[in-house]
Amino acid sequence: MSKVNITINGQALQVDAGMTILEAAQAAGIDIPTFCHDPELTRAGACRICVVEVAGARNLPASCTTPVAEGMVIETESERVQKARRSILELIWADHPHDCLTCEKTGSCKLQDYSYRYNVKESPYKGEARDIPLDDTNPFFFRDLNKCILCGKCIRKCHEINGAGAIDFMYRGFGTKVTTAFDDPIEESSCVFCGMCVDICPVGALIPKQGLQQGRSWEVDKVLTTCPYCGCGCTFYLHVRNDKIVGVTPNFDGPMKGHLCAKGRFGWDFVDSPDRLQTPLIKKDGEFVEASWEEALDLIAAKLKEVRAQYGADAIAGLSSARITNEENYLFQKLLRSLGTNNVDHCARL
Amino acid sequence: MAGLATAFGSGAMTNTIDDIEKTEVIFVIGSNTTENHPVIGYRIKQAVKKGAKLIVADPRYIELCDYADVHLQIKPGTNVALLNAMAHVIIKEGLADEEFIRERTENYAALRVTARDYTPEYAAEITGVPAEDIVRAARLYGAAEAAMIFYTMGITQHTTGTDNVLAVANLALLTGNVGKPGSGVNPLRGQNNVQGACDMGALPDVFTGYQPVTDESVRAKFAKAWGVELSGKVGLTVTDMFTAAGAKKIRAMYIVGENPYLSDPDSAHVRQCMDTLDFLVVQDIFMTETAQYADVVLPAVTWAEKEGTFVNTERRVQKVNQALRPRGNAKADWQIFVELANKLDFDWNYTCAEDIFKEITALTPSYAGITYDRLGANGIQWPCPGADHPGTPILHVGKFSKGFGHFSAVEHQDSAELPDADYPFILTTGRILHHYHTGTMTRRSKPLRFVQDEEFMQINPLDAKALGVTECDIVKVSSRRGSVKTRLKITDSVPPGVVFMTFHFKETAANLLTNPQTCPTAKIPELKACAVNIEKI
Ligand code: SF4
Ligand code: SF4
Ligand code: SF4
Ligand code: FES
Repeated sequence: MSKVNITINGQALQVDAGMTILEAAQAAGIDIPTFCHDPELTRAGACRICVVEVAGARNLPASCTTPVAEGMVIETESERVQKARRSILELIWADHPHDCLTCEKTGSCKLQDYSYRYNVKESPYKGEARDIPLDDTNPFFFRDLNKCILCGKCIRKCHEINGAGAIDFMYRGFGTKVTTAFDDPIEESSCVFCGMCVDICPVGALIPKQGLQQGRSWEVDKVLTTCPYCGCGCTFYLHVRNDKIVGVTPNFDGPMKGHLCAKGRFGWDFVDSPDRLQTPLIKKDGEFVEASWEEALDLIAAKLKEVRAQYGADAIAGLSSARITNEENYLFQKLLRSLGTNNVDHCARL
Repeated sequence: MAGLATAFGSGAMTNTIDDIEKTEVIFVIGSNTTENHPVIGYRIKQAVKKGAKLIVADPRYIELCDYADVHLQIKPGTNVALLNAMAHVIIKEGLADEEFIRERTENYAALRVTARDYTPEYAAEITGVPAEDIVRAARLYGAAEAAMIFYTMGITQHTTGTDNVLAVANLALLTGNVGKPGSGVNPLRGQNNVQGACDMGALPDVFTGYQPVTDESVRAKFAKAWGVELSGKVGLTVTDMFTAAGAKKIRAMYIVGENPYLSDPDSAHVRQCMDTLDFLVVQDIFMTETAQYADVVLPAVTWAEKEGTFVNTERRVQKVNQALRPRGNAKADWQIFVELANKLDFDWNYTCAEDIFKEITALTPSYAGITYDRLGANGIQWPCPGADHPGTPILHVGKFSKGFGHFSAVEHQDSAELPDADYPFILTTGRILHHYHTGTMTRRSKPLRFVQDEEFMQINPLDAKALGVTECDIVKVSSRRGSVKTRLKITDSVPPGVVFMTFHFKETAANLLTNPQTCPTAKIPELKACAVNIEKI
């Protein structure tokens, strides 16, 4: 790949030709704000928060859509750039609800982060407040379109990555909003509740219903793990607070690129189902009675030994599981085989 | 699995999910990918939008058909005829990769002989697919520089399951679509750790990494490492275990994390067999239908409460990390096994999952180079034979695991149970997007339950009209083995004469109906086709 020489914030860099300014800056560890950009989606160039100053150019180009060119001299935080970003934020605040105190997005909201970064407290513009009713009809996520900044990422994610195509821009001007074909609640659309739109919304317009008021983003532990459902093996972060799962975020850097389906994204609440078995049970006279581990394991060991002594090891069989870990499958077959039988299988055939 | 191991020497997915972006043609047969493997479904749809061609062979009109260049709507159980006819066209039109066949395969002559009779017209009679569509599919697949095949249970859950897989493998060998990027034969694994359970030797004939129990030197290696004597007699498969239990040959059974009462075909029979046992242990997170039959139930923890590894469908070993403390008195399955082993007088001293993993890698050549540290955030695809080996995204590069790729001559055979006057419909079973397996987890998830919490058997509008039933009506579905009542969804995604049910809902347990007849080689039951009758009630 051919290279070009550019300078960003005084730093001379050699980067791949064909990169955008944003990509070149990110590769050099320079953070440029973005709202509407997502590396795997088509470039919209819609929000303009990512503008930079390029020596010799009259306007401030959007860094997410502008390719680098030989000899380009770029400033990402110049006075002019900051001023432009401030006015974009002020425009957004003209009709954005001042709800950060209780908004679930606080701490992971780009609007909040950039307002802090550029010290934007309020808007000089007196906008008419939007008053779109909350879409609260499904158990997966809220849609509070009054908070939407129209970056369009949810739409592109839904069309380009999922393929469900459940949502799109509708109406024009001040009335523009992201909605379903007939402006119906999302559950009546082709939405499959993958939640991928929720996880890339830069603001609090799309909020998962699980884990409400159970922890700010900086208060939760994020534990990387692998989905317990299908064989795709998506990885994601479980958000944990006070020994409870309160949410999930995708692992955008993982082999599955952070794509998820509804099961992995929202289907973890079985973990604290009241139906969970809590203690060993032994059947006595046709009824299960609670037992200690000691009692239960002693009984199993005694019975297995008895059956082996009386009928031989091949009168014992074990069915392992495609749900449990490798380590557990390994130990289970080791257990059966150590008892003297190869009668071990699992339900992969089913 | 058995089929693919015969053809290539390994039963696993040959290529990787990322390869979907590199291929020209995707051939999906017997896999409702967007419902069962959603993120792989996304990738396939994305690839098509970027120009890849898509062939779908499925009795139902599935979502991927919207994206397909050709939909081969075959009658259930006619895969071999279709695949042989595609081979026929590829050979006849000179689309075969002669050099690949010469250098890397064996037994090609046998396929040539068999394929000769499978003209598209002949296959059209058997499959119900127009001959010109078969030709079109064959040309697309045959002419591509690189083409990938994906399949799942729609191929394997037939009495001819192994033959189906061999016929799929034939196509890939014929066109040189093995061992290079964007190609391969790719069985998609249904459950999170099916691949791992197989890799770990939770199979009656092999230890870890598919090392045969019948091989004396392998047995000696494990016997020495474990300090026990080992049997060289191949064990029973799951379906044979239940029959053996019914015949009192198996007296004690230990079932971990599975619900065969709902997932096995002909559950009434399974239930009888379980009743006959002297002693049954079930270890699970919930009181499943199967656990009800147990003498002892042991409470295990969920994946969020323990550490370990899973292997995904593309052979990627990935970490599972503990996020929560065990609930109640429940314990991790591995801890339970360790405690029980010590009561059985084996001296097991594992203190954590990693101790176990180290023993696995020491005894398993294809895992030898993997450590927890190396797994990091992205995992490693086996085979990974050494500490500095990066893992293997594509199998059979330059050479098949078994030396030469093996062609097999396979003939079409009817399903074990065809529709007749008493049972005029074919029932086919599968999964839907928002549920999983027997529903023990997904039906206990509030949001997922909301999407759907009962069965809606799919039936074609013409059949519905003939039966005088309408949307959401309840009907009685019966097979030779049992009957269930279910609501209906009228949709032309199933062709006339075919109905579709899931096995997620215990109230409408589809496996009371299904046929336990198995494929003689792979011992996989024919869950994808059985004859049923439908009555309005
Ligand atoms: S949840 Fe998924 S399918 Fe639904 S609108 Fe969002 S991206 Fe689209
Ligand atoms: S809902 Fe969120 S992601 Fe979608 S357009 Fe609005 S701000 Fe952007
Ligand atoms: S998130 Fe969905 S697609 Fe991914 S592994 Fe889990 S069940 Fe499969
Ligand atoms: S991020 Fe560049 S225009 Fe929105």
